[in-house]
Amino acid sequence: MRDIAVVSVAQHQQKALTDTTEVELMVPLINRARGAVGLTQDDIGFTCSGSSDFLAGQAFSFVHTLDAVGAVPPISESHVEMDGAWALYEAWVKLQIGGVDIALVYSYGKSSPGSLRDVLSTQLDPYYLGPLWPDAFSLAALQARLMLESGTVSEQRLAEIAVRSLNGAADNPLAVRSSAGATIDSVLAEAPIADPLRPSDCAASADGGAAVVLAAGDRARELCERPAWIKGIDHRIDPHQPGVRDLTRAPSARKAAAQAGAGDDRLDAAELAAPFSTQEHILEVELGLGPHTPVNASGGALAGHTMMAAGLMRIADAAQQIHDGRADRVLSHAASGLYLQQNLVCVMEGE
Amino acid sequence: MSADPSVPPAALSGEVRMPEKLADVEPVRSVRTPIRLEYDFVPGEASAGYLNAFADRKILGQRSPVDGAVLVPPRGVDPRHGAATPEYVELPDTGHVGGFCVTRLPIPGRDDLEIPYVSAWIHLDGADIGFLGLVAGIATSEVRMGMRVRAVWKPDEQLGRTAENILYWAPTGEPDIPVTAAGTNAWHAKQAAKEQG
Amino acid sequence: MAERLRADLVLEYPFTRTTGPVIGAFLTGLREGIILGIRRPDGTVLCPPTEYDPETSEPLTELVEVGPQGELESWTWVDPPRSQSPWDQPHGLGLIRLDGADTPMIHGLLVDHPGELFSGMRVVAQWRSERGGHIADLEGFSPQESPGTGQ
Repeated sequence: MRDIAVVSVAQHQQKALTDTTEVELMVPLINRARGAVGLTQDDIGFTCSGSSDFLAGQAFSFVHTLDAVGAVPPISESHVEMDGAWALYEAWVKLQIGGVDIALVYSYGKSSPGSLRDVLSTQLDPYYLGPLWPDAFSLAALQARLMLESGTVSEQRLAEIAVRSLNGAADNPLAVRSSAGATIDSVLAEAPIADPLRPSDCAASADGGAAVVLAAGDRARELCERPAWIKGIDHRIDPHQPGVRDLTRAPSARKAAAQAGAGDDRLDAAELAAPFSTQEHILEVELGLGPHTPVNASGGALAGHTMMAAGLMRIADAAQQIHDGRADRVLSHAASGLYLQQNLVCVMEGE
Repeated sequence: MSADPSVPPAALSGEVRMPEKLADVEPVRSVRTPIRLEYDFVPGEASAGYLNAFADRKILGQRSPVDGAVLVPPRGVDPRHGAATPEYVELPDTGHVGGFCVTRLPIPGRDDLEIPYVSAWIHLDGADIGFLGLVAGIATSEVRMGMRVRAVWKPDEQLGRTAENILYWAPTGEPDIPVTAAGTNAWHAKQAAKEQG
Repeated sequence: MAERLRADLVLEYPFTRTTGPVIGAFLTGLREGIILGIRRPDGTVLCPPTEYDPETSEPLTELVEVGPQGELESWTWVDPPRSQSPWDQPHGLGLIRLDGADTPMIHGLLVDHPGELFSGMRVVAQWRSERGGHIADLEGFSPQESPGTGQ
């Protein structure tokens, strides 16, 4: 296996990008991520992106966003209709194969022009579930009630997770929802948005994007003072039909974490991309995160969830902590599908 | 699962076992599952600048910071280099036909179009790339590459923030641009000269 | 500054999907007012039926009648109803495990008020009068008035 590291990251997130196209969003981010390590597109051996046509309302919408990369002369490129964390996985595989030493990964989501809560219904199986148009919050509420009534989690614990995000996001300029003064009592006093879920249990929807540069071996050391070395990365999936799964658990997250070696050593930070407090709790259990690992210290995905980029943003957040010397070993996570159906875990270390 | 790869799996072979009381009914084979998604579409900064300028009968492009190429319509970026293009350039409403197509099929929703019609790449004077427009005011058989054209605008009181302000492009009667310098030929000649010099 | 430009963008996918034999059987059942599950090799029954065993990926073929009564495993309240859903009134959404099935299905709960819903309650299928082989042939589930007798 080659040593591969995240050497540069750039992110932007806000409540709604009302005056900016996806291209105009990504031009400065991609230039920032490349420029910070002195690279131009000519230095990039492989480019991979993640986005969804259902957010853009446009077929093959990713081809427009390539304008932000600069594809003259023609570049080696790929795209996934997935969170950018999976684009990063593809780039990591490409670098492992060899022949390429530097890769650019980016993803973005601008869900504000539509109703994300309903657009997400189009990811459901189109025979049994899709035609009923159950919205994302209501579906998550079914899981939440199962968890609460089976004793998997308590209302108090869910409120703690919500408060952790609200408080942690107070100093995070990328967060779209924060409250330094939020308390367990203030969260428990919120009226449910989808009983038993309260607004603070549901991630605050955001528009945004992230760009990440990966480099292999000595190239990474040349480009970055303290590269965030990817020590393990894996993604796993559970069945789609919710009825055949235990919705209080996420076996695919546990498996991915084991494959990525998450439990091999102490973790200084964990960045999880769960869109609901209930799912953040499931992940903490499945990933085996102990009380000494700060989870989503700057608010995480609950404080701002950009569809298609939330996972790549968690990797960027975690890598940044290595770059800055704030952490030596970090875990980041990405998810997609209904009820954490698919999970990716990436463990990074500094030297 | 069957070890013989030539035998399709049972679910594909269609041999499901139904309860007795459903044995003789006509099976459902398809289902209608329509999806309708509504978006509140907003333009970006460059497109908004372009469309707003149309209300004043102005056509805006943007200049590439890399080599000065003028791109229209503006998209906020030079797509060749991924470089932001903050500088706007006001362009005249005259240019030439860089390439065209005669279409003999109607467009749904455009009953106003007379068949056949001519769609063309209009290369504005001062722009380095073309954009799509309708050519009219001339027999379709007379349209040619290099033909000089000018925009025919809607009356002032009907102008809006839309590219629909230009009804069509009509010939000016000026001498044609030589084909070797028309449309993308001009672009390629310019690129070649740049590479040599 | 000029008013912000915007435009309506509507995408429609008027799909007709082929069902295959298993999903087709389930929808056939709904059209005839019968709910079908599918039996796994270990004897347990999945409802709604899947074409393949979720653990072993073995093809599944034996359809069996389940319900129409069952137990509510979890629920939430949907108010206002979502614009494209089959429901035009506030309603419940539930995980319903039908009698004879071992897994729950997601469908609507037909009550006037969320206070009428509780996990573990007995529910019974309600059918639309006009049915054509669609998941919404089932109008939803309502509280079972007298346990054990159904409708």
